[in-house]
Amino acid sequence: MGRLTLQDLDARQGVQIQTFDKPWIKVGMSTCGLAAGADAVFNALVETIQSHSLDWRVTRTGCAGMCSMEPLVEFRVPGESPVMYGEMTPELARELVTQYADKHSLPDDHRVPGLAELAQAAGDPPRTGPRQYRIVMRNCGVIDPENIDEYIDRGGYQALKKVLSSMTPEQVIEELKTSGLRGRGGAGFPVWSKWKMTRASIGDEHFIICNGDEGDPGAYMDRSVLEGDPHAVVEGMIIGGYVIGAQTGFFYIRAEYPLAIERIEKAIKQARAAGLLGSNILGANFSFNIEVRLGAGAFVCGEETALIASVEGKRGTPSPRPPYPSVRGLWKQPTMINNVETLANITQVLLHGGRWFAGIGSGKSTGTKVFAVTGKVKYSGLVEIPMGMTLREVVEEICGGTASGGPIKAVQTGGPSGGLIPADKLDTPITYEHLQQLGSIMGSGGMIVMDETDSVVELSRFYLGFCVDESCGKCAPCRIGGTQILRLLNNIADGKGKEEDLVTIRRMAHAMQKASLCGLGQTAPNPILSALRYYEHEFRERLVPAHK
Amino acid sequence: MNESATKDDVVLIAKRWKNKRGSLIMALHGLQNRFGYVPRDAAMELAEQMDVPLARIYEVITFYNYFKLKSPGKHVVSVCMGTACYLKGAPKLLKHASESLNISPGETSADGEFHLQMVRCVGCCGLAPVVTENETLLAKVTVDSLEAHLCKCKNKEKEKA
Ligand SMILES: Cc1cc2nc3c(=O)[nH]c(=O)nc-3n(C[C@H](O)[C@H](O)[C@H](O)COP(=O)(O)O)c2cc1C
Ligand code: SF4
Ligand code: FES
Repeated sequence: MGRLTLQDLDARQGVQIQTFDKPWIKVGMSTCGLAAGADAVFNALVETIQSHSLDWRVTRTGCAGMCSMEPLVEFRVPGESPVMYGEMTPELARELVTQYADKHSLPDDHRVPGLAELAQAAGDPPRTGPRQYRIVMRNCGVIDPENIDEYIDRGGYQALKKVLSSMTPEQVIEELKTSGLRGRGGAGFPVWSKWKMTRASIGDEHFIICNGDEGDPGAYMDRSVLEGDPHAVVEGMIIGGYVIGAQTGFFYIRAEYPLAIERIEKAIKQARAAGLLGSNILGANFSFNIEVRLGAGAFVCGEETALIASVEGKRGTPSPRPPYPSVRGLWKQPTMINNVETLANITQVLLHGGRWFAGIGSGKSTGTKVFAVTGKVKYSGLVEIPMGMTLREVVEEICGGTASGGPIKAVQTGGPSGGLIPADKLDTPITYEHLQQLGSIMGSGGMIVMDETDSVVELSRFYLGFCVDESCGKCAPCRIGGTQILRLLNNIADGKGKEEDLVTIRRMAHAMQKASLCGLGQTAPNPILSALRYYEHEFRERLVPAHK
Repeated sequence: MNESATKDDVVLIAKRWKNKRGSLIMALHGLQNRFGYVPRDAAMELAEQMDVPLARIYEVITFYNYFKLKSPGKHVVSVCMGTACYLKGAPKLLKHASESLNISPGETSADGEFHLQMVRCVGCCGLAPVVTENETLLAKVTVDSLEAHLCKCKNKEKEKA
């Protein structure tokens, strides 16, 4: 495709679905779908369609979020509501095509709830029913992520067009302020404020970095968005670049996500070919380019100062803040770092307005949050909900409770920096503030469900072991404190701990929180402290009895 | 390994990244993609081509878990030990793989066929527990399905032999 003009963008919007009058089959082909065998299903569909000489369309799409039911296949016939099939096999795929071709009917087996039953998406006419609301995942499982036309068809690059043709950077910042959008990478810092500060900082050049390091093991929404709707993140980054006055942006993506890297690279290439990256974007006096940099298996590189060192090609050791990256970041220049999910929200805020966004969610936690609900849950997968919904609604009503049908013991949010929320607190609304009050954090959106068979002591040991492994060793409180606490914890887990060990653990944990240089060490004690807060008895049960 | 071929590949990789700011890690990814690890002679060649001190290259390689200094073997078996997989029984899988292959995590078998390692989340947590063998991703793995896959790899090698 050649360079797009403003008019081209409009002409290409909303034509595909209306004009295609044959059956259209979509296969979920992100990492999870492929792992479950989507490739073979896709091939079986294509072969069967060819052998019947049908001119149907078969395309790939991203992750719809129902990961435990992959491979997912959606069958669309014009004028009818689409039908979704889960746990598909090549045999079932062949049957699907043959039956519809022969009898114009669809098999009943393996049907699962469709996207429309599951979630309402930004831009849909309002209705009641589904509990999920998709802003970030609105295109995931809907479009072919490797096809820029499908993105544009769904209103893609309209936000960029709006910004470049009718908004000043200040107006964008104002809109973000109205929206109340906060960073989704963990800390929940107001997005407008970071954008404003970076814009105001003086430097030779400005940079924007998308943090796609997704270090919390058990969280994978960033991967899904990068794989399922890469252009939305690219578009968000271009807008960010325009607002802060950057000419270069970087995607920092962990090397463990090869498909996400491939799709982002493809998206960048397509955007460049369409004139959406490069010089004089959409005819405006604005030039911007994006490069990709890969992580190399270090959790600490998700921390922003370490990330900057890593993008510079160095060891990823954190440095003290201030100076904050917004003042002095990449190559000592003003740098804005935003998380993948944060950037994926930008286009929708600007298209529908800050006030619209602020109307979703609860209090100071506006908009939606995507959670990766995993562990002992019945339907594990990605769930995007308006903030303010309770943990119980997510874990029990959307995700079906535990797989065993037994009671939930606890839910862990925030990964290695977060904490446990016991079952009797599940009616808490999910907001930044409420989770913090319980001693946990929103974090990046990992939500691990534990049932009665899981041990809190073991999970604490797991998380702390993770942080000790991943500590960069630069500062003593984290390096030594972490190892010491882990040693005591191992003792307790092995039945050799003493009463005073619990006191020592708490004391060292508080010291580590206060004195560590970066967020890794400051938050590493959170899981053990929250475990002790709610489940001290489980630790005590394992202590050496005081009197023998 | 053919020496001049190695050199040509390194030259190509260096050329691609040399003039890009902060691209040393990307060049190292290039080497590891090409050789499966970062061979010492390749690192030395890269140092020369990119005009970076060798010490700085090793400083970077040793910081990042992802880079390997030794050839990992033909089949790299990675057991995910992320939280979701951990809760769903990954430790059992790791133990089994270790026994079946007769190597500890982080080791390569004497015949160079297998390398066993732990990874922290491959982003497929919804299908936990997950094990990867080279590019193949196994989902909802059980001890039996893992053993079946390992057997398949072992047999493939035997057939070739
Ligand atoms: C140890 C550590 C790991 C982190 N890992 C990530 C990560 O994987 N992804 C991410 O977006 N933010 C991560 N963060 C938070 C980032 O430092 C930063 O706050 C965030 O990327 C800013 O983006 P946001 O304002 O859009 O949330 C991490 C922080 C710490 C201390
Ligand atoms: S807190 Fe830990 S990870 Fe952070 S700088 Fe100190 S040692 Fe490194
Ligand atoms: S925890 Fe194993 S894939 Fe994420």
